[in-house]
Amino acid sequence: MRGSGYAHLWLLVCLISGVTRANGDVALTHRESPLKPSESKSSLNHSEHGHDSIITGIPIVTFKWHHVEAPYIIVLWILVAGLGKMVIESNHHVTNVIPESALLICFGFILGGIIWGADKQQTFTLTPTVFFFYLLPQIILDAGYFMPNKLFFSNMGAILVYAVIGTCWNAASLGLSLWGCHMGGAMGDLDIGLLQYLLFGSLIAAVDPVAVIAVFEQVHVNEVLFIMVFGESLLNDGVTVVLFNVFDAFVSLGGPKINAVEIIKGIISFFVVAFGGSLMGFVFGLLISLVTRCTKNIQVIEAGFVFVLGYLAYLTAEMLSLSAILSIVFCGMCCQKYINANMDERSVTTVRYVMKVLANGSETIVFVFLGISAIDKSIWVWNTGFILLTLLFIFVYRIIGVFFLTWILNKFRLVPLEFIDQVIMSYGGLRGAVAYGLATMLDENKIKEKNLMVCTTLIVVYFTVILQGITMKPLVTWLKVKRAAVTELTLIEKVQNKAFDHMLVAIEDISGQIGHNYMRDKWKHFEENWMSRFLMKPSARKNRDHIFSVFHQLNLKDAMSYVAEGERRGSLEFVRNESAIVDFKKKFGDEYSEVMPDIMADTSDDHGAVSAVGRNPVPSVSLEMHEQTMNGMRETDDVNSHHLLQQHLYKGRKQHRHRYSRSHFEVNKDENEVQEIFQRTMRSRLESFKSAKMGVAPPKHITKHPKKDQQQKMPNGKSVDKNRSYYSGDEGSYLCFGFKNYKHYGIENPAFMPDMDPMSQVQIPPWLAEAELDSGMVAPSQRAQVRLPWTPSNLRRLAPLRNSTHSTDSFMLADAPAAQLCTIYPRYID
Amino acid sequence: MGSNSSNMNHIPDGQQLLQDTGFSAAQIIRLYERFEFLDKDNTGHLRPEDLETVPDLDMNPIGARIIGAFFPPGKETLDFGSFVRILAHFLPADSNRTRAGAQQEPANSTTGKLRFAFQLYDQDRDGKISRDELLQVLRSMLGLQVTEEQLQCIAERAIQEADADKDDAISFDEFRKSLEKVDIDHKMSIRFLR
Repeated sequence: MRGSGYAHLWLLVCLISGVTRANGDVALTHRESPLKPSESKSSLNHSEHGHDSIITGIPIVTFKWHHVEAPYIIVLWILVAGLGKMVIESNHHVTNVIPESALLICFGFILGGIIWGADKQQTFTLTPTVFFFYLLPQIILDAGYFMPNKLFFSNMGAILVYAVIGTCWNAASLGLSLWGCHMGGAMGDLDIGLLQYLLFGSLIAAVDPVAVIAVFEQVHVNEVLFIMVFGESLLNDGVTVVLFNVFDAFVSLGGPKINAVEIIKGIISFFVVAFGGSLMGFVFGLLISLVTRCTKNIQVIEAGFVFVLGYLAYLTAEMLSLSAILSIVFCGMCCQKYINANMDERSVTTVRYVMKVLANGSETIVFVFLGISAIDKSIWVWNTGFILLTLLFIFVYRIIGVFFLTWILNKFRLVPLEFIDQVIMSYGGLRGAVAYGLATMLDENKIKEKNLMVCTTLIVVYFTVILQGITMKPLVTWLKVKRAAVTELTLIEKVQNKAFDHMLVAIEDISGQIGHNYMRDKWKHFEENWMSRFLMKPSARKNRDHIFSVFHQLNLKDAMSYVAEGERRGSLEFVRNESAIVDFKKKFGDEYSEVMPDIMADTSDDHGAVSAVGRNPVPSVSLEMHEQTMNGMRETDDVNSHHLLQQHLYKGRKQHRHRYSRSHFEVNKDENEVQEIFQRTMRSRLESFKSAKMGVAPPKHITKHPKKDQQQKMPNGKSVDKNRSYYSGDEGSYLCFGFKNYKHYGIENPAFMPDMDPMSQVQIPPWLAEAELDSGMVAPSQRAQVRLPWTPSNLRRLAPLRNSTHSTDSFMLADAPAAQLCTIYPRYID
Repeated sequence: MGSNSSNMNHIPDGQQLLQDTGFSAAQIIRLYERFEFLDKDNTGHLRPEDLETVPDLDMNPIGARIIGAFFPPGKETLDFGSFVRILAHFLPADSNRTRAGAQQEPANSTTGKLRFAFQLYDQDRDGKISRDELLQVLRSMLGLQVTEEQLQCIAERAIQEADADKDDAISFDEFRKSLEKVDIDHKMSIRFLR
């Protein structure tokens, strides 16, 4: 991509020069009379000089820069930022080492340098207004909307501890230490009092969500760790706002007026701000849900309500001096489930993508401007002691704070945070644009050394984002390698270690140490019966059933791949060919090649005596996959058992590394593993049940099993994301209702169970009969086998039965909605 | 959550369990609540199907075996006492309070834990892990991409490494020996909620 990289650069340089020339002239024209025509590299014709001159004739074309100046510059900057991002992302080798945010800041430096060179002053800086009102809200709304709620709330306690206590500790310790050093004379002659130090401490103490996400994208950390740091960075805004305002007020009041009353007021204001902000966000979230419940007739614009109301949440909280960030976060978190259920699928997709565009774009602009703002001679004040001490103390106190709090928390946590997690947490306490925004908001009349503080903040931001960002990944790798560098384990040890992990997870599940939570059950109950009734569309509530939606998604996936294959082959004619086998090798390519399970694999796993390649050749359209890796494997003669073990042992649930990414909607490969395990479990259960109790006993309560068998024919691993879909907007959260409350649908399709031949007179397991007849105590009937099952809501099975007597019908059915489903394709593309 | 010995009265074998296992009264009460929760039809004992309803067990490669460990061959039902005794294997060993009359080998000692782990492999309870049994476990824990031949190789190597007396099977002692470097207590304990 080097060629295009150069092209990008060239384009960018041209654009920037054009911008600066225009700006330069704008800056000049601000000071001089507007008569002078402004030049431009663009190929505009202008036949007139300015607009004040005497009109001698009718102008055909005029160059009216002032007419468009303000919006033009804004848009031009957005364009420049976007192009900068394009240049940066064109080479992935670089972005793997240096996080994108660091590169954007450097890009900002360059731009700032160019502008400085052109203007001799910094015409563009990141002003607090622009940042807090126009750039930050969408980033936070995005964070809230895509927040994995379940994970967040189960770790809420720890997150709050870090956010509140940790931030207070950071602020206090930093302020006091700096003041102490000041008293000790390490900083020379500065006019800063204790209160101002505390103020400075409060603004720089807060971990920044934007920076955290940006850097953690490079380092794939586990989900608990990520949610800790991320949650902390979001929630500490409550503390930061309070501290900042309180100390600001104290500074204005002056030292002598502070007494116990004021301090108590400060503490009270913390609770008011934090809880008030959250409540506000909650209210707006409910509002959004209610609105989307009624927008059936204006589906075209219903996506807009989300953004408008979200932004209103932010502004309203800001108006009432509550915590705006908390407000918009809770708004996003509260409404995600309901709007995903209420809105049309296309609207949901729109919301998701627009949210991402806005958030990513804002982030880019923020980082670029952070870089630009530095190149401004007027603000630079250098005080070695102050700056270096700040850096040192921030680093040290963060480490101390994290380790101490974690030590306390681990006494109460079920899953303790390990050492390496703590290291990452302390190292990942990045400061970012919020600190800078707050610093620029300082009143320079009250705080004489504002410029010093601004500079220090900038340096801290650069240090954490650039240096810590770059070194984070190597640090983690080194630590992990160090941890794992034990003597070579025997095979038994390796296997057994894994078995232990799985065992622990299973025992935890059984004994309910993690999942069984009285409060959570109560909340679920309340939420299902009351809130959903109020906030969700009735039709959405019906469809919300877990199994149903899984089935629905399965069908859609089938249909899509079905149609895509048909397109590839030129027509859907192939479906009528009894011996055709759909080949998905090309379709799914590399992404899925590793983990495509052989769905038709032998079911006699537990007997352990079969050839692994034994695919049952199922004629007609069985969505059969080829095993990609099989071919490669078979060739190798020398099988390194250890290596094999390493590669293919199923990772336990504890070790699932989830890739949280702001910009990529990738399918989590671990989901495939989960799904694979799941299929095998279900298949073996089916086997054992079938062999043990076929047709003998009355139907038992094993209600959930049959539905899962549907996933045997899943072409890829996306849809069964019950618990793993956190990062896809948590729309899967309402799939996680547990298996307690679900209804039957007659969707059992014997044709898709490879071990069951519907044409033989085998008795179907009782639960199939149960599906047809609600009484559940009837002997299995043959009827169900040959009839195409229908769901109560008439969902059509798109992939046709193998041996159904209604085969033609189902094919025709397959064609009809397939076209319609193509339009929904984008929704499930991720 | 207050734990009162008097609350234990409605728990079958409550006092006995307190003595035999290392659980505290509060833990036993909590486990009893869980037991009742799992026991949907309120019969006082669990069947395999009740355990199968635990979400996420489906996604565990050895979930079926774990369930099987609760139900030794021949037993179809699981009462609370057995439930707790099996879970006691997973208590951290340091919570072992020495009591007069305690069994010589408490369930949550290293040996006790290892025995539990051993029985996961050794389904037929003959005291040895045969090659077939090992194959089965390996099969369930490895992805489907691994071919049968590779599986055989791995099992072969594993037995070679661990089998001291060359009887082509792994006895309990050989099993324990091959795992002596592993911190069993750490790897096989969970923290039970108070």
